[in-house]
Amino acid sequence: MKYADEFRDPKAAKALLAKIGAVVDQIGATAEKPVHIMEICGGHTHAIFRYGLDKLTPAGIEFIHGPGCPVCVLPMARVDECVQIAERPEVIFTTFGDAMRVPGTRKSLMQAKADGADIRMVYSPLDALELARRNPDREVVFFGLGFETTTPSTAFSIQQAAREGLTNFSVFCNHITVPPPIKALLDDPHMVLDGFVGPGHVSMVIGVHPYDFIPRDYGKPIIVAGFEPLDLLQSVLMVLEQIRDGRAEVENQYARVVPEHGNPASIAAIADVYEPRPSFEWRGLGEIEESGLRIRPAYAAYDAEEKFGIGYAAGPRVVEEIEGCECGAVMTGRMKPVHCPQFGKGCTPEMPLGALMVSSEGACAAYYQYGGARAVEPAE
Amino acid sequence: MCLGIPGQIVAVTDAARMMAMADVSGVRREVNVAPIATGPIEDVVGQWALIHVGFAMAVIDEDEAAKTLEALRGLGEAQETLEAMAAGDAALEGTQ
Ligand code: SF4
Repeated sequence: MKYADEFRDPKAAKALLAKIGAVVDQIGATAEKPVHIMEICGGHTHAIFRYGLDKLTPAGIEFIHGPGCPVCVLPMARVDECVQIAERPEVIFTTFGDAMRVPGTRKSLMQAKADGADIRMVYSPLDALELARRNPDREVVFFGLGFETTTPSTAFSIQQAAREGLTNFSVFCNHITVPPPIKALLDDPHMVLDGFVGPGHVSMVIGVHPYDFIPRDYGKPIIVAGFEPLDLLQSVLMVLEQIRDGRAEVENQYARVVPEHGNPASIAAIADVYEPRPSFEWRGLGEIEESGLRIRPAYAAYDAEEKFGIGYAAGPRVVEEIEGCECGAVMTGRMKPVHCPQFGKGCTPEMPLGALMVSSEGACAAYYQYGGARAVEPAE
Repeated sequence: MCLGIPGQIVAVTDAARMMAMADVSGVRREVNVAPIATGPIEDVVGQWALIHVGFAMAVIDEDEAAKTLEALRGLGEAQETLEAMAAGDAALEGTQ
């Protein structure tokens, strides 16, 4: 088993794979009648492909790649709005590098930068704050993007800007939350899901209880998981054991980093700065109720939507997704990336057509990057 | 983009702003420690933390830090994060 060299602890990997195989047999899952496990987090999607876990685990397990890559679920309309803000002459637009290549209707941020907009890739919203301090005559806008893991960073930054009385700093808020899309997927009658591997770094902030509704209301197990390959195998095993035993619970595989109740300081900062939007649009999934956050009126001075009269502040808007792009079907697990007619042809990581091809956390990019190189030896 | 990188807090740099210097894989980077500073801010010095977009999000032990770093290297994320940090510095200087 050459593949096992890849693991930090090949013996442990083999032992876990053997246990997984045994439980899959006990459940009676087969390639024709597989157990469907959704890994929610894009980091997990990347790790699954990087280590070929989809090939190493028995054919009776089918991974469905969830909506947990913030770049991948960013709707076109929001990219267009970014470009619109960034093209204002007084603006320095700051963003995480991941978002640069997401296609918009007219152009991506990358193309807007090439066309002369002052767009800067930063590592942290704190870099954007510092730019605002150093450039008092410019408007510095930070593109706030990400799930609960990232949301505290912009909340703390806005609080800091308020304390300093900075007037030339604002956040274009696109923060989204994990539980609502999971609920939307579970409510979709076409979706067949038997259990979840949950994002550990989200729970590091919010704890494990926001997922209580999954076993309680839908009778499905969820395991909060770390992203090391052994964490993932362990978590898959825990999901399978619950299914075999007829249990449905929230279990914490990543307790060494994830406290049951999350991080109190981060939760308090989020609650102080943000409130849920009535609804927010997800690429491929449409509008989902209370799935996005907006800046509370008390911090309206730091809300780029208010400052520039853009986005949801400008009223409802509809933007069509690109024709021939199957991102929505891939995102809901109804289609494999390779079955999208654009895959590897009109759509590649170098020239992405859909957002799932943009970052290594997107299912299409992960397939493309690792599809040929995945280990082919079956699990023993 | 939701993964953190382990770093060790080496000094408090600006207590009022909750800022401290972290050593991330040999690279020095100022980070905000508000999420982990539950007591006096000096107490974070010497601790290992998972650092995400400039914020120390969770305290971890040294062994966990080493394992996490290895997993990040395997995914190519460690290098990406260090590059993002360098890009952030360049953005401040306007040299991007
Ligand atoms: S291959 Fe491209 S267009 Fe097709 S689903 Fe994936 S990202 Fe969308």
